[in-house]
Amino acid sequence: MTDTLLAVEGITKRFGGVLASDGITLSVPAGELHAIIGPNGAGKTTLIGQLTGEITPNGGRVMFGGEDITTLPTYERSMKGLARSFQITSLFLDFTALDNVALAVQAHAGHSFRFWRNARSEEELRAPARAALERVGLSHRADTVIASMSHGEHRQLEIAMALATRPRMLLLDEPMAGMGPEESAQMVKLLLELKKQYTILLIEHDMEAVFAPADRISVLVYGRMIATGLPDDIRANPDVRHAYLGEQEAVVIDG
Amino acid sequence: MLLFIEQSLNGLQFGLLLFLLAAGLTLVFGIMDLVNLAHGSLYMIGAYFAATFAALTGSFVFAVVLALAATLIIGMAVEVIALRRLYGRDHLDHVLGTFGLILFFNELVRLIWGPAGLSLPLPSWLNTSFQIFPGVYYPTYRLMIIAVALAVALILYFVVMRTRVGMLIRAGASNREMIGALGINIKLLYTFVFGMGAALAGLAGMMQAPILTVQIGMGENILILAFVVIIIGGIGSIRGAFIASILVGMIDTVGRAFLPDVLKLFLSNAAASTAGPALSSMLIYLVMAVILVIRPAGLFPAASK
Amino acid sequence: MKALTVRNIVVGALMVFLALVPVYSQMTGNVFLMTLFTRIVILAIAAVSLNLIMGFGGMVSFGHAAFLGIAGYSVGILAHEGINSGFIQWPVALIACALFALATGALSLRTRGVYFIMITLAFAQMIYYVGVSLDRYGADDGLTIYRRSDFAGLINLSNKTTFYYLCFVCLIGTCYLVWRIVNSRFGMVIQGARSNERRMRAIGFPTYRYRLTCYVIAGVLCGLAGILLANHTDFISPATMHWTKSGDLIVMAVLGGMGSVLGPVLGAVALLVLEEWLPHAIAVAGQLITGKPVGAAKEYWALILGPMLLLVVLFARGGIDGLLEKFRRD
Repeated sequence: MTDTLLAVEGITKRFGGVLASDGITLSVPAGELHAIIGPNGAGKTTLIGQLTGEITPNGGRVMFGGEDITTLPTYERSMKGLARSFQITSLFLDFTALDNVALAVQAHAGHSFRFWRNARSEEELRAPARAALERVGLSHRADTVIASMSHGEHRQLEIAMALATRPRMLLLDEPMAGMGPEESAQMVKLLLELKKQYTILLIEHDMEAVFAPADRISVLVYGRMIATGLPDDIRANPDVRHAYLGEQEAVVIDG
Repeated sequence: MLLFIEQSLNGLQFGLLLFLLAAGLTLVFGIMDLVNLAHGSLYMIGAYFAATFAALTGSFVFAVVLALAATLIIGMAVEVIALRRLYGRDHLDHVLGTFGLILFFNELVRLIWGPAGLSLPLPSWLNTSFQIFPGVYYPTYRLMIIAVALAVALILYFVVMRTRVGMLIRAGASNREMIGALGINIKLLYTFVFGMGAALAGLAGMMQAPILTVQIGMGENILILAFVVIIIGGIGSIRGAFIASILVGMIDTVGRAFLPDVLKLFLSNAAASTAGPALSSMLIYLVMAVILVIRPAGLFPAASK
Repeated sequence: MKALTVRNIVVGALMVFLALVPVYSQMTGNVFLMTLFTRIVILAIAAVSLNLIMGFGGMVSFGHAAFLGIAGYSVGILAHEGINSGFIQWPVALIACALFALATGALSLRTRGVYFIMITLAFAQMIYYVGVSLDRYGADDGLTIYRRSDFAGLINLSNKTTFYYLCFVCLIGTCYLVWRIVNSRFGMVIQGARSNERRMRAIGFPTYRYRLTCYVIAGVLCGLAGILLANHTDFISPATMHWTKSGDLIVMAVLGGMGSVLGPVLGAVALLVLEEWLPHAIAVAGQLITGKPVGAAKEYWALILGPMLLLVVLFARGGIDGLLEKFRRD
């Protein structure tokens, strides 16, 4: 029996009159790749914000590895082993790919009150960074400045940054956003590989893309988790079809 | 007690003038996302124009009207010629660009009007005292400043909250692209808003002119206090600016008047006379620091964009 | 080794020139030149310290000149009270700066962007008013410092040449220190926080404490400049920490180039040399054109500097560094 690594217990969040998260409950055992899908406006961003510490819930708890992290600041969650990637690429644009990932390594390599030695010459930082780049297939771009890289490469770099922090769990926010079919397929391959080593919570908009890698899927609609289960069950679930696929079906029938 | 009432009213009057300045700053920042350090220059220019026109025409009221118009025009000209290119840029760019404008205006004013400064004397019909309570007199002019500033505040509230233009202003503050997409002439709106801000600053300058002298650099000292108002009140919030201005005006004025005496209760006379003036000047900044500890975003921060 | 670009050659030449100013001054008997460049070197230290937080850290402080004043007044007040020993004055000045930086930085750094600019400006104004209210120490008129810091015979600061080289060594030292800091792990955190603070926190950095430390370091380095300035002018007044002086420091950093350690040195030299010689040039040109002497040419300086700043912001944002980099073949 595997332990629950991430447990979300009845998270609620209000913004003025809008209920962005309505009693969301979720439990991700260690080693699982759990996908959360939902249409736009479902509250995925708010949920991630509460998991990473950028937003504080009005009610409910977030438990990670048995610890209550509900009010823990973002950087401390990273130290506990919860790494995230951003939906809209959020990197250090003036630096090279290697510099970017090395910073992520540095964050978990003791304190940074070191003022003298040139950080770029520290193998302790550069070696793990290169390894992370290798993992996502970006070794050949290590010395390229971020601003000169393609969107797909940015998305890969997002993953590399998360990996470099030696996490227990990856929180991936639409890693395939803006990618074409070929690049998405590559990303899925990467996820299947990473699955062997990390617990992954995958937020995605596109249901088809998550079917292959996901062990279980949860569906988020208007701030509520309307279904959780195995991929095939979710696909067949009438509520899910209605809420999420409903419009698409209608288009197929009429068109 | 009488002194306290008088100082409190002075504080209210000063606070309301600060509000006129802060409102202009906050409007421009809220809508165009522009940090305008040269706002104090417009305050100064308003005062200089008023003093000049008063000397030329001999009529105080006429001078004020002319000076308001002139400041409005100068404000809009500055926006069109120089500032509009700064929109969308880094705030540091705004700071540098408008800092350059301050230097330019201070020097220009010095070349045109000389380094000595001007004075704007009150006409006799304003240079009287008004009996607010039996036996309590307060300068009529200062009461008029309070009245005018309150009126302007009300008009501002009305325009921003109740009219179409105001709606555009508020909408522009929360979503610039949307306004553009609606086909409203953004450029014109921005120029208009900037002009309004300039007129408010100029009005504050010319109203304050008879009380203090009209001199170069007068804008910068009060500008920094206007910043303190915005920091305390919360950026982008006119209501916050109003409450904070009154607070700052009162604390600064009443504080300066009474702090040395209060200190004498606790310290020796000698210590109080040294510490008094120093602490009075620092007082409002200390208050600002304390408020920031408790509420880093100010007392009434506007909803985020 | 650094590439032999046009920019690096110019910077190298400038440093050599600065090192040789006293020699040139001695040969030509032009003492004024050494006085001017002592001031330039000192303000360059201040500008480099500001750029540590501004260019590399993204913290635009409009109150940096406060440290010039705090350090200057520490020296001046101690001297006034009979304590002339540099061994006491200098540490006191630096510690005073560190404390002010710690206190104001702790509050200011909880904010960002415009707020931060306004708050640093407000705190600097506060210190300015404190200076103005110090009746015992000259208030508005300032305080004369009758004797320079005494180092018990180790070094004589009253000797202009010795003093110049002291300042120059301090400049080199400051630049080297900043260079090491910027490229260290600490510097990476500071630069990362400037570039994308949200990302920094996401990967596990508690950015606040690093930025505050950086702010204190910059304050202390500027304090060093303040100590030297007070000794150089034998005088300290609130005007040294007027907010326009903070603006001048920002201008120096931007004009020279915020992206490099030595950029602000270029900026300080450029700004102060322009300020000194442009009025001469105007006077000469004016005389040639109109045939009559053009008085008060120095007054036109601000009239030119103002719009020039705006133009730099709009068209030459990378400063002199940026302009010189254009000569590099891609």
